[in-house]
Amino acid sequence: MRRQLPLSLHLGAVLTLLLVAMALLSLLWTPYPAEQVRVIARLKPPSAAHWLGTDHFGRDVLSMIMVGARNSLSVGAAAVGLGLLGGVPLGLLAAGLGRWGDEVVARLGDLVFAFPAVLTAILLTAAVGAGAINVVVALALFNAAVLARVTRGAALAAWRRPFVGAALALGRGPLSVTLVHVLPNIAGIIVVQATVLFAVAIVNEAALSYLGLGIQPPSPSWGKMLGDAQTYLFTAPLQAVFPGVAIALCVMGLTMLGDGLRDWLDPRHRSSGVM
Amino acid sequence: MSTAKQRVTQRVTLAAIAGLALAAASQAALAQPRTDLVVGMALEPPHLDPTAGAAGAIKEVTYANLFEPLLRVDGDGKLVPGLAERWTVSEDGLTYRFTLRSNAKFHDGTAADSADVKFTLDRARAGDSVNAQKAYFAPIAKVETPDPQTVVVTLSRPDGLFLFHMASGDAAIVAPESAPTNKQKPVGTGPFKFDRWVAGDRVVLVRNPDYDGVKPKLDRVTFRFVSDPAAQVAALKAGDIDAFTLFSTYEALPEFRNDPKFAVTVGSTEGETVLSTNNARKPFDDVRVRRAMAHAIDRKTLIEGVLYGNGAAIGSHFPPHREGYVDLTGLYPYDPAKAKALLAEAGYPNGFDTTLRLPPPPYARRGGELVAAMLAEVGIRAKIEPVEWAAWLEKTFKGKDYDLTMIAHTEPLDIDIYARPDYYFNYRSERFNALNEELNRSQDAAKRNALYGEQQKILAEDAVNGFLFMLPSVTVQKAGLTGMWVNRPVQANDVTNAAWK
Repeated sequence: MRRQLPLSLHLGAVLTLLLVAMALLSLLWTPYPAEQVRVIARLKPPSAAHWLGTDHFGRDVLSMIMVGARNSLSVGAAAVGLGLLGGVPLGLLAAGLGRWGDEVVARLGDLVFAFPAVLTAILLTAAVGAGAINVVVALALFNAAVLARVTRGAALAAWRRPFVGAALALGRGPLSVTLVHVLPNIAGIIVVQATVLFAVAIVNEAALSYLGLGIQPPSPSWGKMLGDAQTYLFTAPLQAVFPGVAIALCVMGLTMLGDGLRDWLDPRHRSSGVM
Repeated sequence: MSTAKQRVTQRVTLAAIAGLALAAASQAALAQPRTDLVVGMALEPPHLDPTAGAAGAIKEVTYANLFEPLLRVDGDGKLVPGLAERWTVSEDGLTYRFTLRSNAKFHDGTAADSADVKFTLDRARAGDSVNAQKAYFAPIAKVETPDPQTVVVTLSRPDGLFLFHMASGDAAIVAPESAPTNKQKPVGTGPFKFDRWVAGDRVVLVRNPDYDGVKPKLDRVTFRFVSDPAAQVAALKAGDIDAFTLFSTYEALPEFRNDPKFAVTVGSTEGETVLSTNNARKPFDDVRVRRAMAHAIDRKTLIEGVLYGNGAAIGSHFPPHREGYVDLTGLYPYDPAKAKALLAEAGYPNGFDTTLRLPPPPYARRGGELVAAMLAEVGIRAKIEPVEWAAWLEKTFKGKDYDLTMIAHTEPLDIDIYARPDYYFNYRSERFNALNEELNRSQDAAKRNALYGEQQKILAEDAVNGFLFMLPSVTVQKAGLTGMWVNRPVQANDVTNAAWK
């Protein structure tokens, strides 16, 4: 049976693919080296030579946006990847163990949730210094807590379903039931959540870099570009537009992808009743 | 119909007349020059006692306005009378006799006499002193008060800069009764007295009616604190701030220059901005590496990129506007090829990795980014590490645990820091130290200037730090305001001569 793919999935996938393509391209080619400074050619509007103009040090904005995409995606991927590695097993464990195991995981989650991700990151960078690694660690911690909670809820529901009871009755152990029956049935939910967290991580990285706590120069970052552009709002307002648009499109693409995936994967949204 | 029309016309005429009358009234009000002033500053002071803190913002509110030292530094950098109206120095340079103004009073009404001066100086040099510049008071052996108007200070060793130091905000004269509460409620002897402090927003000073010296023209001065560059520009344009001093959003200056409602002045501070280098740490202990860095830095581009051209290049640790300056900016011309050759000679043909730590001010954050890009051109890969002030002071300045950092040294005439054995540059030169001792023994201006010249040459030859530029003193003010300082010979916003045309 073929199902209609939701429109948001299409749009989200196209935007995200474009972004990934741009990031990958920056590994091989950028119009100019993204770190090349030329003060005499600073704050130039878009032109044939510099498609998106130059920044306050005369660096090519397009090249910086391209490399910035790579940096943003890397931080997002690392933060979500680590979050998955930490959060999913914890969530499964909580659901499988029940009682006190569940309690411990839930309280640990509460502890992390008590501090917003950006605040955790600021605390961490204040303690050990600014930098991309620390941002990844802080965001991963937050992501792990979110994913653990989501995984636990979905897994508990899965545990109550008849086929899990049947598998247990047939003598399967809890570990095997978790891996063979529970995990595949909740994978969709986790993927959707991870996609949304990816978008959140990119916004948070941009926020921290804007504050000067994230990715450090000379490596370009959308957030830092936005922060630098702030003092030029009166003199060169375009400086703020391009990194701003890049962040907006990137987050929009990932969010729509997540939404579309959820609509597509969620059984309640399935069109025909084969169940 | 026609009567209704007439009535309308009448009403319109009446309204027009009323409008004109109002306009005339406000014109009359405008003709009177204003007597209040709002000064904008980027940073808020942590407290208001200049004798107990290093933060420049304290002096930028209180110096000359609220507190007076024995001597003052004026806008041209010259020493002028402060609380003392005259002073003499003995032949051997060890005895200083100050005569105080006879009617000087503190804002609480008590007399400001020699006992207060003795209290101030003894407090500043005591073991438990919290003065940020204790070294200024270290040469004092004893303070005597033969009569209420006379103070005699005896030094244990000659100090060529003693008068200069006694004119700093750190040497402001305070009274024993109010000294403990000066941080929140400052009581000085100046032409303005403290009115109120709205934390996070403003400090208000009002004219001191009992001031015994030249009375200021303004009767109310408000210092407003705006740290965000975009908000600074907006506040000036909206007219909320009359004059913004040490304005650092240089890219907005052309706009203000083209607007007849504003006047822009660009002068110099005493802030030698340097790429501080840990001379004790490898590979910076090798003079060839330090010279290579000097050749790798293009000062012209740096000044253009960071200050939009509003600053003078320096080749040593001395400001061009001061007597005794020697132009050494040509010693290491920008030459990346030569820099690479020097690095290869020192054993680093492929360059090396290092860390460049940057405190918060924009000149450091932005300048550091440019310097790192320039160093990268010759193979020196500097990782940028932005830090907050507290961390910078703790680790870099006090702990001396750093490779490179970038900072403006804003104390006036501070070339002697290179003679301090425990200073964070970790620099040591017997020749330089010998010259410094000779300077302390010399009172003759011509000889002092020659000695300063020698010191500058030694620092440049040793390429101790990357000598970059003088931090400019930019003031954006409303047209019609006069009497604001163009240069910044000491940390101060002296508004005692400010007036509206």
